[in-house]
Formats: sequence, structure tokens, C-alpha cells
Amino acid sequence: MDEALLRALIPTAISALCRRGADFAAAEDAVQEALVEAVRVWPDDPPRDPRAWLVAVAWRRFLDAVRADTSRRHRELRVDGEPVPGPAEDVDDSLQLYFLCAHPSLTPASAVALTLRAVGGLTTRQIARAYLVPEATMAQRISRAKRTVAAVRLDQPGDLGTVLRVLYLVFNEGYSGDVDLAAEAIRLTRQLAAGTDDEEVAGLLALMLLHHARRAARTRPDGSLVTLAEQDRSRWDTRLVAEGVAVLQAALARDRLGEFQAQAAVAALHADARTAAETDWVQVVGWYDELVRLTGSPVARLNRAVAVGEADGPRAGLAALAGLDPALPRYAAVQAYLAERDGDPVTAARRYAEAARAAADVRERDHLTRQAARLNTELRRQAAADG
Amino acid sequence: MVGSVPRVDAATGSHHTEEDDMARYLLLKHYRGAPAAVNDVPMDQWTPEEVAAHMQYMQDFADRLEGTGEFVDGQALSPEGSWVRSDGPGRPPVTDGPFAETKDLIAGWMVIDVEDHERALTLAAELSAAPGAGGEPIHEWLEVRPFLTAPPTVTE
Repeated sequence: MDEALLRALIPTAISALCRRGADFAAAEDAVQEALVEAVRVWPDDPPRDPRAWLVAVAWRRFLDAVRADTSRRHRELRVDGEPVPGPAEDVDDSLQLYFLCAHPSLTPASAVALTLRAVGGLTTRQIARAYLVPEATMAQRISRAKRTVAAVRLDQPGDLGTVLRVLYLVFNEGYSGDVDLAAEAIRLTRQLAAGTDDEEVAGLLALMLLHHARRAARTRPDGSLVTLAEQDRSRWDTRLVAEGVAVLQAALARDRLGEFQAQAAVAALHADARTAAETDWVQVVGWYDELVRLTGSPVARLNRAVAVGEADGPRAGLAALAGLDPALPRYAAVQAYLAERDGDPVTAARRYAEAARAAADVRERDHLTRQAARLNTELRRQAAADG
Repeated sequence: MVGSVPRVDAATGSHHTEEDDMARYLLLKHYRGAPAAVNDVPMDQWTPEEVAAHMQYMQDFADRLEGTGEFVDGQALSPEGSWVRSDGPGRPPVTDGPFAETKDLIAGWMVIDVEDHERALTLAAELSAAPGAGGEPIHEWLEVRPFLTAPPTVTE
């Protein structure tokens, strides 16, 4: 059984139930139950029309739940017997589901969890394992999120910006457990791009594809980080690069620049360079200028300083750091990098060690510690040779 | 060091009594507050090869414990933290720190689920022998703390 195909049907099934009068939370529960049934039954008895099967079974589950509920509480419900098959408005319906699951009333963590479950069709256990929290915790997070959006009507147009931020968060989480969240984020963004006509959706998809293309080259077998400059570029996935570049070019041609397109443009310039030395840093700086203009983000300015350091020399890079808050994440690491290129290994070693202490993730901390160790070792060798 | 029998401290050696019961232990690594390691050189003063060898040792150790079914969890902590306490209902929490002079600072932990206390000590000692500067074992002091268990279902 094709699990990806099955999961791709989930948002349309939930939407179909909602269209027939089910509220979102109940529809989502019913579809999850139908999914469990599908996994059990399909291998021996594959349906001719998987989507129709899923909707029919989910609808029955929903009616069962409603009847149980009604007989308990005698509640009025907008349910009239057996359903008429609805028109196949898959795309529009799925889009509403994206909006709902990324609704601004949700915290980012809740929006991520709900999106992965209702749009992505992952089980609560899979999501819990991917985010390294107990399953009961994740189940609570999801059911609270469902309660939060219970009053939101599915026919309201949503905010595409929050949807993109949620997908970006999922992508950046990488992978742990048995779910590849980066691949899942790409799948969901691709699905979203197919149903929308928006440059930033395309920009985010391009950004993801271009970064995903580097994945095999990004870590050594021992799990340690390989910097962009040191990566073996022959290991980049050329198929993903080509797709990312094509998606980006089509978006840029429409001349409505946004932050994801600008970030993707930087990634595309790196993808375009056969060696690190061939990187067109002047153009990279240009895109960071756009990014700073669009977002005003200090992180963009920090990255811009690195690019300036490459384009115009480390002194210029260090000058571009001026005015930025030294407490910014990775500020010390950038300063260390530029100081080393400026021929000041003592400062660089000290700043790398400080950056390692302030690092927010283990692999980055280890990488920075190694940089400090490398410089200190060179300094000791030099001192021994001089003395 | 690996393979030798760790000495069991009289105060904690009798901790584990149930014979067929696994017991959980917290292995704590300190940034500060532990007695000085035998091979006490900060990591940024090692060579990159020594750093890599250390990381590999730690990774192999965790992998092996996963293989034997004894690994539960392992996490590293940021050295920066703050103190916080309640200031009463309706008032924002009071925070303080970080304190540069704090004597004790936890760097990270590993939780293991093992047969008995001796096994916990053996594993902690192995972890303590991770290679450091000059490729020599660090022989740092790790703290081993048994978890308090939940009450048993059958009590009589």
C-alpha cells in the first residue's frame, strides 16, 4: 500500500466531511479512524477509488460518533442520513484546511502539530516521536489546538503567511524518529503550491528544494556538520536543484518579491557555483540587501555581513557587523569567522570558544568547539616553531 | 580504566535490592562543581582530531547502550540559565541570574536503565574515560544518581 498516496487523501477527506456538515474536530477524528481501518483492510482488499472509500468509511464513523453523542445529549445536528457524493473540490478544500491548521489563534507549536496531523496525515505517535515529546503530551497539544480552532469557519479566507511560516518551521526541524519532517514539509508545500497561485509559496518551495538538495553533503558519517564552503558539491542532488531553480525563476519572473523568494535566490546562487570559490558573492549581498529591506531582520543583516566579508573582504564584513546586537545568535561565530580571515587567529579562537558556549544546538556547538580547537592548535604550533 | 571494577561507595552501594528489577540512573556531567578531572584541559585547547575522537567515543557509547537496551535519554544543557520563583498570584515571576559565581553547573545528562547499581557505576566509569587532550582518557568525575521509583502495584 502506498502510504504517501493514502496520506495525500487525508485533507480532502476531512474537507469532504466538513462540507457535509461535520465540524472540523469530529471530521479529523473520523478520518483518522478510517485511516486505521484502511491500513488494516487495503493490503488484502484494495479499493477501486481510495478517496471515495476513505470518505465513505470516515462518514460512517462520524455518524456513529454523532449518534452516540446525540443519544447521550439529544443535541440538534445538521446531519441528514446518508451522504450524497460531493463534487471533487479537492484543492480548494485542502487549502482551507491549511489555513485552519495554521490559524493565527494557535501557537506555532500547536499549528505545526495540527498541520502535520490533519493536513499531513501523520499519527499522533509519529508527530510525538519526531518532536521528542511523550505521545500523551502531543495528543493533548493536538486536541487543545482542535478546540481552539473549533469556532473558526472553514469558509473564511485565511492567512497564507502564517501557513508558510508553519511549513518553514516543520522543514527546519529536520528529522528524528521515523518521520522525515523535511521531506514532509516539502510534500505539503508542493501540495499547497499546486493549489495556489502565490509567488511566496513558490519561493518557499524553491528554498526547501534547494536546501534539501544539499542534505547528503551537510553532515559527515559521524554526524558532525560540514560548512557550505567545505561541502562536496558533487553530492548535491542535481534533480532537486534543477527543480528548485525552475520554481524560483517562474516566481521571480512575476516581479512580486518576498522574503522566501529572496532566501531561495541566495540558495540558488550557492547551488549555481561549482566550487565555493566560484560563488557570486556580490549577487548574494544584493539578495541579502533585499531581504533586509523586506524584513528588517537582524538575522538577515548578520548573514549579509558574512556575504559582504566574502565579496569585499573581512574588514568590510566586520564593518557590516557594526550596529548589530552582539547578543544575537551566531554573532560571535560570524565575528570569529571574519576575524580569522582578517588574519587575527587569537581573537577568532576566543570568539569561537565563546560562540560554542552560547550555541543553541549540539551539532553547532561541537562544530564551533572544533573551530576553536583547530585555531588554538595552529597557534601552539606556531609558538613552538617561533620559540 | 574500561573493564576494571568500580569501587562501590558504602553509602549508596546497597541501593538496589530487587533482583529482577531494572533500575534507572541519572549520570550527570558538570561544567563546574565536580572535583577536577585527571586530564583537565578545556576542549577548545585540544587538537581537532582529539575533539573528533571524543565525540566519536560519546556517540559510540550511546549507540552501544541503545543496542543493549540500557539507553533511555541523553541531553546537553546550555551553560546559561536563570533562577526563577513565584512572586504570588497575579504577579510576574521573579527571575535572577545567570550567576557567574554559581559553584555547580550541569553540562548534560544521560539516563540509563540497568540491571543494578554496579552496572551503572561501570558505565559511568566508561563514560568518564572518554578520550581528551593528548588522546588520553579524561577520567572526569561524573555524578551517578538513582531515580526514586514509583510505588509497586503489589505491596504484600
